[in-house]
Formats: sequence, structure tokens, C-alpha cells
Amino acid sequence: MTTTLSRRALLAAGALLAAPAPLRAQAGMRLVVVGGGFGGASAANFARRTYPDVQVTLVEPQRSFVTCPYGNLLLGGERQIGQITHSYDGLRARGVTVIHDRASGIDAAAKSVRLAGGQALSHDRLILSPGIALRWGAVEGYDQAAAETIPHAWIPADGAQTLLLRRQLEAMPDGGVVGLAIPGNPFRCPPGPYERISMIAHYLKRHKPRAKILALDAKEGFSKQGLFQDGWRALYGDMIEWVPGNRDGKVVKVDVRERVLETEFGTRHKVDVANVIPPQTAAALATEAGLANETGWVPVNTRTFEARAAPGIHVIGDANIPGPMPKSGFVANTTAKQAVASAVALHRGQPVPEALYFNTCYSHVGTEYGISVVNIFRPNADGTAIAEVPNSGGISPRGDLPEQRRQEALYADAWYDSITRSMFA
Amino acid sequence: MRLKALPGLMLALGVAGLPGVAAAQAPLAAEGCLGCHGPDGRGAAGAAPIAGRDRAEMVAIMLAFRANERPGTIMGRIARGYTEAEIAAVAEHFSKVAP
Repeated sequence: MTTTLSRRALLAAGALLAAPAPLRAQAGMRLVVVGGGFGGASAANFARRTYPDVQVTLVEPQRSFVTCPYGNLLLGGERQIGQITHSYDGLRARGVTVIHDRASGIDAAAKSVRLAGGQALSHDRLILSPGIALRWGAVEGYDQAAAETIPHAWIPADGAQTLLLRRQLEAMPDGGVVGLAIPGNPFRCPPGPYERISMIAHYLKRHKPRAKILALDAKEGFSKQGLFQDGWRALYGDMIEWVPGNRDGKVVKVDVRERVLETEFGTRHKVDVANVIPPQTAAALATEAGLANETGWVPVNTRTFEARAAPGIHVIGDANIPGPMPKSGFVANTTAKQAVASAVALHRGQPVPEALYFNTCYSHVGTEYGISVVNIFRPNADGTAIAEVPNSGGISPRGDLPEQRRQEALYADAWYDSITRSMFA
Repeated sequence: MRLKALPGLMLALGVAGLPGVAAAQAPLAAEGCLGCHGPDGRGAAGAAPIAGRDRAEMVAIMLAFRANERPGTIMGRIARGYTEAEIAAVAEHFSKVAP
């Protein structure tokens, strides 16, 4: 019994270790990566680390990258913008050709990406990590112009949206109300709105202790809900009111001038600072290339991350719909590696490596109060589905566990440091 | 029960060797570790280094996490997602990375 198990384990281990099959690249495989966020930067970095002979070009309009993760800590006053801004110089030093331009179109048949500046990038394989688009107008009255007054702060770009929300919190008088509109599933970073509520409360508790937070939610429940609500009660008392969708929490209309969030059944909530996180779809580049389906997201092969509509184009990050996996930075990072390994294997006519997708999402409820959810996923053999490994993962234990919370806040910092270095260093 | 399989597993891995795989390159199963434990697993502020750890020790630790026999904040939840073979592969990899 023992011997059999060991032999089987050995064979499997051997296969795993050999899986990415590096260092024997056919000279000059050209990999183009579009989008320099958690998916794209992870892909470019991994490709250069693992396959030195592969030529990697990264297309990203922004000169530097401001992370969504830890943006909430900026709102809480625990980080400055420079601490969550990352340069592409590290990728250049790894040999990635970084082009700061916008991809304007994809010609799948010709294997070419057009850039707004006129250049066309031919490639053998394309990794597309275009991120999300906000559905302007899905909440009536909330369009691009409205976002200049009422920030979404959900696509950081150059950081202006996050900084705008921070300035508005600073300018709000004590006793004011911060209103948030939170969308239905799926959307980028499922625990993100609730960490944001926590970090805004953290700021208000110290500087505006009579202020309130009104969180209006289209959903009836949310990620790590019990843990968040335990923490809110413990740290912030009755400062936070969360209104679920079945209690008229869904915001359908925004009056920008009056700062009124209006819900489904006509309740008008006048607030002092508003943050509208609108419903989302895959970014325009993916939609315009015909890669998204009726959901607005891109269905993919769950082993190779090739778009169902265009094999040869691997779509990673928040733009895809990878079964039960959340739209998280860690999922973008882990699937980027599998997509690159698959792209190289397919280009060389080798078998696609065995896949295992790993996710840990930490959230800061307070400065020394971290909580997490862990998921480990595996795709099925033909790449049509993904399932979570039974009996694995899960959320932090509930209860009065100050040492666990303190440790997880530290681990969150280690995660941020490690994952951004795996992208940009 | 699970631990009984270990000596045979580790011996077998040692004998098998890893031709063609550079020490610097993590198997995909080990890439997940880098998300918290720093570049090449050399650690980060708040997360222990795992590079250069003794292979058998690391396998024993991971299996103890997996069996809920070792207290941890998060590693038990993680370890239960990996097969024995993956744990062995991950330990093999990091044991060969310079700390």
C-alpha cells in the first residue's frame, strides 16, 4: 500500500516538476502581452523567468501601475500613493520590451495586434489581460463625467480616482454620512467593497468619530460576510450600516449634484461623500474583438485560458469568467503563469501542463485585524470546467481571535510585497 | 498513516533526480507559494523564508498542516489543496534554492 502510493506520488511529482518544460525554446517565439496589471505583468515576468528564449512584448498605456489592492489602505490613511505605485523598469531589466501605447484592435487570423500609435505587433501567441470596463449608465445618472464628482475608485489608472475619494473623506465634516453603492456579482475583487468600508471606518473613527457609513448593496450576501461584520462590530460599533438588496439596498439612480443615491424602491439617501462602484464587464478591447459572450465576460478554456471564441488568444485576469474563481489579483497571477506555460507548450506542440490555481484574498478590517479566504482550484481534463479542491481552502476561523487577526494583517503585507515583486521585480 | 508513505516517497524522489529542470525555476505547483513567501521563496516581511529548507522537514510540516496536526493561521487551509505528490515536488524545489 505504502509502496504503491509512493510510486504513484513519485510519478506524479516527476510529471509536475517537468511540467513547464523550459530552457529548450525554439528560438524566437514571440509572445505579446496586452495589459500590464496583475494578469499581464505576472505573465510577462513569469515568461522571462521561465522561458529565457521567448521574446516578450508588453503593451500598457500607463507609465506606472497603481494597484487596486491596498488602495483601500490609502483611503484609511495607512498608505501613500507612492507605496502602491509600481514602475515597469523591473520588467524592462528582465528583457521585456515594454511599449506604452493602447492596443486598439486584434486581428486573430493574422496574429497581429494594432496599437493606437499605428504600430502592428505580430506574434506567435497573444496573452490578453485587458481588465474591466465600468458600465456607464447602468446606474442611471452615473457616467464618466459623474465619476469626476462621485468617484468609483475601482479602476485606479493613475491613482486619481482613489486620491479624489480620499480628499473627499478628508474634507467631510464630522457627523457626515459616507454612502457606498455596491454592485451585484460578478465584479472585480469580491471582498474589496467591504474592505473599503472597513478602511473608511478606520479613518473616520480616528478623525470623525460621529460620522456614519451607509453601504447600499445590490446583493443579499458577500465575501467573508460573517468575518467582516464581526470585525465591524468589534472595531467600529454602530458606525456601519449595511443594507442588502432584499431590503432595498440596490442603487439604481444617482443624483450627482445633490449627492443622492436612489434605490430600487425609490428611497433617496442623501449623503456627504458618495462612492459608486458600478456594474462591470470585460474591457472594450476584449468585447470589440468578439471574445465576450452575453454575460459581458470572456469564456475561456480552463486549462489553457484560450478564449472560446479565438484559440491562440489567452485571456487572463478580471476580463474572463473562469467558473467559480473570483476576480482577484492572486487568481490573475496564478492563471497568468498557466496561460504562459500553455501558450509555450502549444506553440512547441507539447502537452499543456497540469494546472493548479491558487488564491488567497486578505482583507484589512483594521490595522492589526486581517482576515482571509483561501481557494485551490483545478480544471477538468478537457478544459471545460473548474472545481475547488474538496475540503481545502476556506475562510479564517470566526471568534475572538486577536492573535490570528494580527498575524493575518502581517501576512497580507507579505502577500502585497511578494506578489508585486513577482510582477514588477 | 500519511506520514508512513514519506520515507519511500522522499527516497524515490532523490533517486529520480530532476533532469532538465533548472533549480531556479519553480514547478507550477510551487509558483503559488511565491505569492506570499517572496521571490524564489526567500521570504518577505511577515512571511517565513522557505528557500533552502530541508526537503523532508518541509514535507513533514506540510503534511502536518494538511492533517490539522500543526497549528497555523492559514497554511492548513492551503496544504489541504495539494496532493502528496505536489507537496513533495514543492519541497524538492525549494530545498534546492539558495536561501
